[in-house]
Amino acid sequence: MSDKKPKRREFLFTASYAVGAVGVGAVVWPLVDQMNPDASVKALASTEVDVSSVKPGNTITVLWRGKPVFIRRRTPEEISEAKSVKMEDLKHPEKDEDRAKNPEWLVMLGVCTHLGCVPLNDKGDYDGWFCPCHGSHYDTSGRIRKGPAPLNMEVPKYEFVNANTIKIG
Amino acid sequence: MSDHEYTPTSKAGKWFNDRLPLLTLANHLTDYPTPKNLNYWWTFGGILTFCLITQIVTGLTLAMHYIAHADMAFESVEHIMRDVNYGWLIRYIHANGASMFFLAVYIHIFRSLFYGSYKSPREIIWIIGIIIYLLMMAAAFMGYVLPWGQMSFWGATVITNLFSAIPLVGEGIVTWLWGGYSVDNPTLTRFFTLHYLIPFLILGLVVLHIWALHVPGNNNPVGIDIKKPSKDTVPFHPYIVIKDGFALLMFMIVFAFFVFYTPNILGHADNYIEANPMVTPAHIVPEWYLLPFYAILRSVPDKLLGVVAMLSAILILAVLPWLDTSKIRSAVFRPLYKQFYWILVADVLILGYMGAMPAEGLYLLIARVATAYYFLHFLVILPVLGFKEKTLPIPLSITESVLGGSANLATAKHKESFDK
Amino acid sequence: MKNLIKLLSILAFISIASTHSYSAETAKLLKTDWSFKGLFGKFDRGSLQRGYQVYTEVCAACHSMKYLSYRNLGEKGGPEFSEAEVKAIAASFEVTDGPNADGEMFTRPAKLSDKFVMPYENVKAAQAANGGAYPPDMSVLVKARGGGVDYIYSLLQGYEDAPSEMTLDEGVHYNKYMYGNKIRMSAPLSDDIIEYGDGTKATVEQMSKDVTTFLMWAAEPHLESRHQMGFKAIIYLIILTILVYFSMRKIWSRVESEV
Repeated sequence: MSDKKPKRREFLFTASYAVGAVGVGAVVWPLVDQMNPDASVKALASTEVDVSSVKPGNTITVLWRGKPVFIRRRTPEEISEAKSVKMEDLKHPEKDEDRAKNPEWLVMLGVCTHLGCVPLNDKGDYDGWFCPCHGSHYDTSGRIRKGPAPLNMEVPKYEFVNANTIKIG
Repeated sequence: MSDHEYTPTSKAGKWFNDRLPLLTLANHLTDYPTPKNLNYWWTFGGILTFCLITQIVTGLTLAMHYIAHADMAFESVEHIMRDVNYGWLIRYIHANGASMFFLAVYIHIFRSLFYGSYKSPREIIWIIGIIIYLLMMAAAFMGYVLPWGQMSFWGATVITNLFSAIPLVGEGIVTWLWGGYSVDNPTLTRFFTLHYLIPFLILGLVVLHIWALHVPGNNNPVGIDIKKPSKDTVPFHPYIVIKDGFALLMFMIVFAFFVFYTPNILGHADNYIEANPMVTPAHIVPEWYLLPFYAILRSVPDKLLGVVAMLSAILILAVLPWLDTSKIRSAVFRPLYKQFYWILVADVLILGYMGAMPAEGLYLLIARVATAYYFLHFLVILPVLGFKEKTLPIPLSITESVLGGSANLATAKHKESFDK
Repeated sequence: MKNLIKLLSILAFISIASTHSYSAETAKLLKTDWSFKGLFGKFDRGSLQRGYQVYTEVCAACHSMKYLSYRNLGEKGGPEFSEAEVKAIAASFEVTDGPNADGEMFTRPAKLSDKFVMPYENVKAAQAANGGAYPPDMSVLVKARGGGVDYIYSLLQGYEDAPSEMTLDEGVHYNKYMYGNKIRMSAPLSDDIIEYGDGTKATVEQMSKDVTTFLMWAAEPHLESRHQMGFKAIIYLIILTILVYFSMRKIWSRVESEV
């Protein structure tokens, strides 16, 4: 058997395996991707909320991607309280202006960053929210001040499409 | 199995293998001596394994989105087709995969009929195969109900109603099957459960089927017993693996053509109409692979006897090893049986065609003749042939039959040396 | 052998005879070129958009299309209206939503994520408004009729005067291509019944073709992906088959040489 034969045979088998592997990958992908969010779920990825009826000092809760979102129209006192907190006092330092671009409106996921319970409005030692599950206290900017939660309540992507409507997501 | 001598090469492998001899099993499957004269009709076992795995995997992923409730089933299937990522692809693979599965199983069965693979000592392999076939039909029937279209609903109604033919307990059994007074939601949910279960029963039986096969080893086109291993055999890997692989790829090209270009051609348009208990479709027809049995069922004017005839048509296959009295396995050496074999093939095709036609006039007459002939083949022709047929001389070995140019020549040579 | 030939000829006879079994009186369907048929078939965007116009302005009064969402009109492979156009289309329909904080249902303009609004609340309402006949939902209608697109296309143009021997009940019309020739729907199309947005002349034939194309997309929105993927898959399989075939020959040559 000359040297050429084994080389050609090797190439043929390697080529077959390689091409076969491409096929296996092509087959596996749809089977994996079908578990990803489908088109109807992705269509509900953003929600528009009419906030025209929310008075200062009030909070509404809306459902977005299956989770509660707190939309609070803050009073001037709540806003100044939030802005005056020192960064050294925060477990998760975040400036209020980074969390609420329009300081009158606070939009955040109403999910405690400890283990996922829904904190209660207008409760707790910091004039914000209190989570009854394990005692986390959040301030008027939704930042964690006391308790086991590691992070501030998450602020999702949102924008005002007009003066009365917020689009979340 | 005679390969207790195998020892794994690595220490870890040996440790594991001592506790669960999977590596010994793998080695056995790799070296398994297979007749080297197997033709392409023998590749369908491997193809069927591929079909089973395909149906299970696509079925599993469909089940993540399908809703087994009468009010939501049809809609959930549309949701899969429209919204689920690649849902349309997985659904069409599953639906056409069922047809491909049956196409392969019929070729596999008819291979066995031609080459006498059901004969001693392979009777149990054959019988397990019949059970697998029955389970396949049950799974396919119930699977077809799940989209809850007009054919789903009415096919379920007609077939479950058959059980009322059983004397005394018939009506009670039907109500029990339905979980109500007609095919409705309870029927659908239990059919979904059973449809999910049966493929795994089939998987277990396939393991037994292959295990039973590995005792005597494969049959071969000339139907003679061969020594394993020998000059007449090749190790399963790589020879049979690559050949099965090639055949599987050809099969997949045909499969792909259906899935991507004519995905609904084997189905029935009426199943895209949502189930309506108030309106019966003009012609209730099962899927093509059940048509021959449907024809037999409708051939008999009596309800109970029709059911008995249909079931007997399948169960008669189970006793085939004892009905066929011939000592010669392969039809290659049974010229008269060969002719009757092809007539049987034509008969089954005719029955299939009649199953799709309305059961009246000339169609009904032909279906009746074809039904009678079917039973005649198994109950009369086969037993008689075994005694009466003049068979051709069989070769002594596979290599001889291949080298000698013809089976007769090889045997003649042998006879010559014997006579000297 | 003789028996085989006899049998084959009977088979041939049957197959020929059976082609007429279901369509005893109905005529052969009209044929036209469908851009979406064939290995490389694609939808004609213009035709889809015109077809949507026919559906909305003529058919949607009675026929629902409940499995489609407004966002589908902008997705790839379909009419591909722009996002602004789709939003405007959706907003022109009112959907029921709720219950609100007071526990009441209310109406609001449709969003992209909403399903097509149905003309009737439910099947019974549809039947009551149409003399007992239910105008079928059109989401998969093309797949639910044996003749497919050719059947729908023909039926829309198949309204004629009934033959003299046939008497029709009130509210029943004669159609050359309908199964059984009797149909409850009166001829829905007539020349220039709508004015196409792109200026195409709205003849009955043109509208039939456009709305049928639209219905084909509605039934199979992923048709183009399917054709494209199919082409790639089959080419791939052919390449792999050739490679494996030669690998097989190579491997089996060891056996032949041993003998």
